Amino acid sequence: MQLNREALTRAYRQMKLIREFEERLHEEIQTGEIAGFTHLYCGQEAVAVGVCEHLTPRDKIVSTHRGHGHCLAKGCDVTGMMKEIWGSQDGLCNGKAGSMHIADIDKGMLGANGIVGAGAPIAVGAAISNKIDGPDEDGKLAVSIAFSGDGACNQGTTFEAMNLAVVTKAPAIFVFENNHYSEHTGVDYAVGTNNDIASRAEAFGMKVWRANGVDFFSVYDCMREVLDYVRVPGNGPAAVEFDTERFFGHFEGDPQRYRGKGELDRLRAERDCIKIFRASVTGAKLLEDADLDAIDADALNAIETAVAESRKAPRPQPENVLDNVYISY
Amino acid sequence: MAKMNYRDAIRNTIFQEMQRDERVVVLGEDVVGGMGTAGGPEAIGGIWSTSTGFYEAFGPERVIDTPISESAIMGAAGGLALAGKRPVAEIMFADFIGVCMDQLWNQIAKFRYMFGGKSICPAVIRMPCGAGYNAAAQHSQMISQFVTNMPGIKVVMPATPEDACGLLRQAIRDDDPVVFLEHKFLYGMTGEVNEDPDFCVPFGHARLARAGEDVTIVASGMMVGYAETAADDLAQDGIGCDVIDLRTTSPLDEEAILDSVEVTGRLVIVDEAPPRCSLATDISALVANKAFASLKAPIEMVTPPHTPVPFARELEGAYLPSPVKVAAAVRKTLEYR
Repeated sequence: MQLNREALTRAYRQMKLIREFEERLHEEIQTGEIAGFTHLYCGQEAVAVGVCEHLTPRDKIVSTHRGHGHCLAKGCDVTGMMKEIWGSQDGLCNGKAGSMHIADIDKGMLGANGIVGAGAPIAVGAAISNKIDGPDEDGKLAVSIAFSGDGACNQGTTFEAMNLAVVTKAPAIFVFENNHYSEHTGVDYAVGTNNDIASRAEAFGMKVWRANGVDFFSVYDCMREVLDYVRVPGNGPAAVEFDTERFFGHFEGDPQRYRGKGELDRLRAERDCIKIFRASVTGAKLLEDADLDAIDADALNAIETAVAESRKAPRPQPENVLDNVYISY
Repeated sequence: MAKMNYRDAIRNTIFQEMQRDERVVVLGEDVVGGMGTAGGPEAIGGIWSTSTGFYEAFGPERVIDTPISESAIMGAAGGLALAGKRPVAEIMFADFIGVCMDQLWNQIAKFRYMFGGKSICPAVIRMPCGAGYNAAAQHSQMISQFVTNMPGIKVVMPATPEDACGLLRQAIRDDDPVVFLEHKFLYGMTGEVNEDPDFCVPFGHARLARAGEDVTIVASGMMVGYAETAADDLAQDGIGCDVIDLRTTSPLDEEAILDSVEVTGRLVIVDEAPPRCSLATDISALVANKAFASLKAPIEMVTPPHTPVPFARELEGAYLPSPVKVAAAVRKTLEYR
C-alpha cells in the first residue's frame, strides 16, 4: 500500500520524535536530574507508530512500563510528557505518574503500566466497552489495543485477557513486541514456545499475524489487515507479533552484561527502524533526504523545547500529595 | 417501604440501576450461569441469585458471563470504567481477591491518582464475604483489612437489607471505585427497604443501631447483628450500649466513634477479620490517639484468633466472634477499675 507524502512525513516525524525523546532522556538521566525508573523505547518506534497511525481517538490503547513511544504515537503532548518525567506539577499527570504511569484518557491512552502483564485485562475491558457502544456509521467498531512484550506474554493476566476477549468477541488487539529480552533474560529461555508468541494467541482461538517490527511498512501494512478484521462486529480479537529490537537496557542504568559482543552496534547498524525507513523512502524516491533532515531538525527542536520548559516548570507542593486519591471522600 | 431480604435488595438495586443507566453493566463468573450448556443461559442466574433475570432483561452485551478468570474480571472492570461504563463486577467469593489483587490494588485503586486526576473509574466490585457456612479456609474470609488499607478504594459493608440497597445504589452512582463487601450469611436476612428509586445511603456516615451510655460497640457487616443481640441482652441487666454500624470502612466515620466514646469511655470493637493490622486495631489506634482522655478502661477487641478459618462446625463457632463473646467483652470493660 502506497502512503502519500503527507502520511509518510507524519510517520517519520512521529518515529523521530520518539527516538529523540528517548535519546535525550538517556543523556539527561545520567546527570541525576530525573528521578525514578525509566525504560526507554528506542529501537521499537516502528511498532508504536505503525500501529497508532491507523487509530482514531475512539480507539484505546493500554501500554507498558516501556510506554513513552506508545504515548507519543497515540498523541500525548510531548512537552506535557517531558514535564511529567521531570516530576512537574504541570506534567501530563501532575507529577504523580513519572515515566511509568503516563496516561491521557481523552486521547484514548489508558495508561502505561509498571506491572508487566497488567495492561491486557484493562484493554479487554475497554474493548468490551467498544463492543457495547457498537459500530460507527461505516459499520466499524472502535478497537482497544494491549501492547505487551515478550515478558508480559508469560503472565497469567495476559492469558486470562486473551481468553476473555475471545469468549466475549471483544474488538481487542494483542500487540506483542518481541524485543527478545524480558528484563535481563532472553526470550529463548523464558518463552517456552521457541521464540514464538503469536502461536500462543492462536491457541486461545484468535487470528494472528506476524510482521517485521523494525520495518515501519511491514508493521503498518500488517496492522491494516488486523484492523480491517477486528473492526468487523462479531469477529472478535486478534493478535500480532512484531519482531523488534531494544537499543537500551531494561531500565536506564542497566549494565546490559547479557548482551553479546558487538550486539548493540550491529542492531544500530542493521536493525534501526529509522534508518530502514529512510533508506526505503529515499530509495523509492517518495521523500528526499532534505525533507527528512528538516523533520530531524524539527524533532530535535521539539525535544529541546520540551526539556527547557520542563526545567523551569513549576514543582508540586507538599500538599499536592493529597490530591486526586478520590473524587469525593 | 417493602419487606425483602438482603439478597433481593442487592439484586433489585442493580436491576433498577441497569434500567436507569445504560452504562451500568454486570460481569462475573456464572452471573448468567448455564452459558454453553444444555440448560442454556439463566439455568443458574448467578450462584447467589443476585443477578437472576438480568440476562433476559438486558442481554449478553450488558450481562457478561466470564470464564473463571478473576484477574481478567477485575481488569476488565477497570478498563470498562476508564472507557465510560459503570461496571458492577462480582468476585464470586471475596477470598479470590488473592488471584486478582494486582488489578484492584495496583490498577483500579491508583488510576486517578497516578493519572493526575484526569480519569474516573466508577467500578463497583462486589465481593460476597465472610464465615458461617462451614466453607473452610478459602471460602469464608473477611477481607476488609486488605481493601480498607488501599488508598483510592471505598469500602462498603452493609449490615441490613435497607443498607444493602441504599449503599449499593450509592456505590453504582459513585464516581470512585468501590469494593462492596456483602456478607454471605446475611443474604437471607429480611427487613424493610426504602423503595424510592433514588434512595441512597451516603458513604462515611455510620448508623447508630442501638443507643446507650455505658459502652460503645463498633461493628460492621454481620458483626453488627451480633453486637445488637449482645446489646439487647445487656440491656436486660441495665447496661446501655451504643452500637455503631460503620456501614463504610473507607471512608470511616471517625466522628461517630469518637463522639460515642467521649460519652461512654469504654469501647468494644467487633471485627470478623483476623486480629492483626485490621479494622479493630485501626479503630483502637484512632481512639487511643484522639479520645485517650475519655477512656475509662482498656479497649476490647472481639475478633477471630490469628488462624485461618477452620472447617468443622465446632471449630468455626470457636473461631468467629459471637453475641456471647461481645457481651463478655462489654462486661470486662465495665469491670475494669
